[in-house]
Amino acid sequence: MEKTVSNVHPYMPNSAGNTKEKMLNAIGAKNIDELFTQIPEKHRLSDQLDLPEQLLSELDLKRHLLSILSKNSTCEKNTNFIGAGCWQHHVPSICDEIIGRAEFLTNVWGTPSSDHGRNQALFEFCSLLGELLKLDMVGLPVYSYGCAAGHAIRMASRITGRKKIIIPKIIDPERKGVIKNYCELKNMEGHIEILEVNYEKDTGNIDLDHLSKIISKDVAGVYFEVPNYFGLIEKNGKIISEIAAENGSETIVGCDPISLGIIKPPVDYGANIVVGPVQPLGIHMNCGGGVSGFIATSDDERYVREYNTLNISVTETDIEGQFGFGLSLAGQTSYGLREAGKDWTGNSTYLWAIAGAVYMALLGPSGFIELGELIIQQSNYASKKINEIDGVKTCFDTIFFKEFLINFDDSKLTVSEINEELRKRNIFGGKDLSIEYPELGQCSLYCVTEIHTRQDIENLIHNLNEIIS
Amino acid sequence: MKHRTEIRDYHAPIWNEPVIMEMGSDGRRGLIFRKTDQKIFDELGDAKKLLPKGMFREEKPGLPELSEHEVQRHYLHLSQETLGMMGISLFGTCTMKYNPRLNEIVAGRSEVAETHPLQHEETLQGTLNIIHNFDLILRELSGMDNFVFQAGGGAHAAYTHCCLARSYHASKGDLEQRNEIITSIQAHPCNPATAASAGFNIITLPLGENGYPTLDALKAAVSDRTAGLLINNPDDMGIYNPNIKEWVKIVHDAGGLCFYDHANFNGVMGKIRARDLGFDACMYMLHKTFGVPKGGGGPAVGAYGCTSELAEFLPSPVVTKSEKSFNLDYDRPNSIGRIREFWGNVPQVIKAYSWARAMGANGIQEAAEISVLANNYMESRILKIRGITKSHPNISGYRMEMTRYSIEKVTADTGITVEDLSNRMVDFGIDAPWLAHHPWLVPQPFTPEAGECYSKEDIDYWIDVVEEIISEAYENPEIVKSAPHRQPIGKINAALLEDPDHWAMTWRAYIRKKSLKKKD
Repeated sequence: MEKTVSNVHPYMPNSAGNTKEKMLNAIGAKNIDELFTQIPEKHRLSDQLDLPEQLLSELDLKRHLLSILSKNSTCEKNTNFIGAGCWQHHVPSICDEIIGRAEFLTNVWGTPSSDHGRNQALFEFCSLLGELLKLDMVGLPVYSYGCAAGHAIRMASRITGRKKIIIPKIIDPERKGVIKNYCELKNMEGHIEILEVNYEKDTGNIDLDHLSKIISKDVAGVYFEVPNYFGLIEKNGKIISEIAAENGSETIVGCDPISLGIIKPPVDYGANIVVGPVQPLGIHMNCGGGVSGFIATSDDERYVREYNTLNISVTETDIEGQFGFGLSLAGQTSYGLREAGKDWTGNSTYLWAIAGAVYMALLGPSGFIELGELIIQQSNYASKKINEIDGVKTCFDTIFFKEFLINFDDSKLTVSEINEELRKRNIFGGKDLSIEYPELGQCSLYCVTEIHTRQDIENLIHNLNEIIS
Repeated sequence: MKHRTEIRDYHAPIWNEPVIMEMGSDGRRGLIFRKTDQKIFDELGDAKKLLPKGMFREEKPGLPELSEHEVQRHYLHLSQETLGMMGISLFGTCTMKYNPRLNEIVAGRSEVAETHPLQHEETLQGTLNIIHNFDLILRELSGMDNFVFQAGGGAHAAYTHCCLARSYHASKGDLEQRNEIITSIQAHPCNPATAASAGFNIITLPLGENGYPTLDALKAAVSDRTAGLLINNPDDMGIYNPNIKEWVKIVHDAGGLCFYDHANFNGVMGKIRARDLGFDACMYMLHKTFGVPKGGGGPAVGAYGCTSELAEFLPSPVVTKSEKSFNLDYDRPNSIGRIREFWGNVPQVIKAYSWARAMGANGIQEAAEISVLANNYMESRILKIRGITKSHPNISGYRMEMTRYSIEKVTADTGITVEDLSNRMVDFGIDAPWLAHHPWLVPQPFTPEAGECYSKEDIDYWIDVVEEIISEAYENPEIVKSAPHRQPIGKINAALLEDPDHWAMTWRAYIRKKSLKKKD
């Protein structure tokens, strides 16, 4: 093997001086190649590694990265109305400070004593979220909202021993795509069949007649969301849970934790398993890299013993009166049981849980109430005003939380054309749904949060008016 | 040669920090939102009036009420009560690295943090450009034809592969028959677990005399039911399977796909390519090998790459390059769809790209060499410590970037276990080492990985501490048994964590169970 050129590298202290020789001498090897004799010659690279030029200087590297990234246009420089599973909320400065701390940022996992602080922060995330949800059991986060829903569905299937699940027709295709993979392919032994329940055309609520028709004693669970993909607030949660319970099915509800200052937590209308996104709780959108999901239930062993998540429990220590934290029920995960474990467990999004803890601690009860009020009022104001534009109408004649659907059919313009015009005016229009929901026509999903002001909304209306007329 | 350096007089900060649920005082605020604009309020009115009947939350959430500064100090205290690589961490299998601060600063800028994955691709050309460039770098390192970054960790990339394997065999019409995945007992538990979650039955091969399963064992396992092989190489004991090309051939001949779990890539970076060995797909952990922070368990990235034969099944969207621009290709009818929303932990991909550019081809190869050199240097010293042996002592020759050790003899002599050793190591400001995945094939195991980012002095100090603790074990075992002594808290009572009457994953559960106990 050809010897590589040695550069002193700022990330590699042993690249400098005669350290390598010292170590070789200590082990009695003549050269580094000798250490690689385990790898047969015929397995090795036969050519030179052809990678882009090395940027050893931090200054050059920074310039390089920033020059490429300057081609991006951001939601800070434009007014953004895209949500759909990744939402622009205010991120308090302290969230960024805390998750930037090297102790939290760089390491993997320590002992309960050496990593007491991180364990406590993670326990606090679960405890704070538990208060919003009014639930005693919250696992550490999984990869995303969709992954949380997928695990919850498999959990319901294991609990009931049934292989069918009901999900609503109104659901984010991104999330539905994730869920479908969790349910395995047809022709597989473990396949979970997905049944879709219709919605009422004028309100978007679950069609209860249709639900009653498709539910049976074979259904593991009924999954629905509050607010749903279109921002609509299901009004029959309690009835749906009752229908599920009558059939021995679990009720699984997806909810946006940021709505819980003003909207009832799912357990109040009968949910058994609650899932949702963590990203709204103090995490930047990060081009979708901010997503994370939670799973929560009561503390009933029937549920707790089915979690695939890592869980942090409070406990005692060998010092009288002192509390500590440790992993609970890790033995039931794949770390303990390999393929016999509950689904699988691995790296997830735990740093975001710390951001979430800081966020919920900063907001407190009044912050969540204020925020919920602001979002519901601003988003409904926006939809109401947009509805007044000629050629534009909102799709459901009901109240939304944060997101709402607009139809542009009468404007004779496509969503794509409108968004292109808006982009020229530094506005990112809502997500184009004309491809994923063709039956709704030229529809776009708009998101209004606390980051918008009345002026932002009026500016949007003004520009939509101009573009359409 | 004298190795011993002076042992530092370390002590972790102790704040006796209360749980946040008990902090604060009524009415305090940490963050205030502006009041709804009067004009909007006049048109809409109260939230209670707006919401469907019965859906308004009447009672306040039971959250604590703190000022901004109190919240900041609380979490700063908790960060200080976390050792978190402030000393030396040689946590094996996780490839501990320096995480360049530049990358945090760049990823924290609005060009990354304040972008939405559904923005028009015209407005994300910078990000798409970097993702494409990084895809090219990984293609060169692996020989694969296409990489995607949706997977939020290594296990998730293994799951991605299992989903691809399903679609691949379904497209050939024999998924029903091909329902078996083969792996080894030394493969990470996520390999069999994700395969089982994807619906496959698992065949786990035991190890042969040479530290890896025998060819005969593999031959006996393959059949017309074989969907594929999930395997790592080298394994966590630093043993490289020299028959891996034959393995791949045997599985291919049986009609299965071969997935290379490249978790242990650090010692072979720029030395071997997964494709050259015949593999159909592979996975790199950007939060391990590519200098991206681990975040205490994510956000992470399992970069998944495969050959052009499998590319049609990759999750959507895939980043592509046309003459004038970079694009997101969503129109892929045979795709497995989504394994997670959107297109991955984008900031982490940008950080990995930056790391790869800072390293260059020479730096990457140098890092592999230093990590293997440093491990073998460690081994030469650690094996001189009383009572410590390595796994498969019969296998002579140098190990790769990791060696698995055992203190079985120390335990027999003194009663000190690897858990005791871990609890005592942190008293010296050193993060506890990785032990081994279950089941433990080697009794009382621990698995350090030196990597390229720690100096020889750091490595020597780490070994000095182990040496010190082992001599304590023989001379004064009580001090090891009762460790830690210099940490924010003592040793936890682990039995309570498994007891339904005691476990409490939230404060609410804790309070409820405590009051029940009082009633008893």
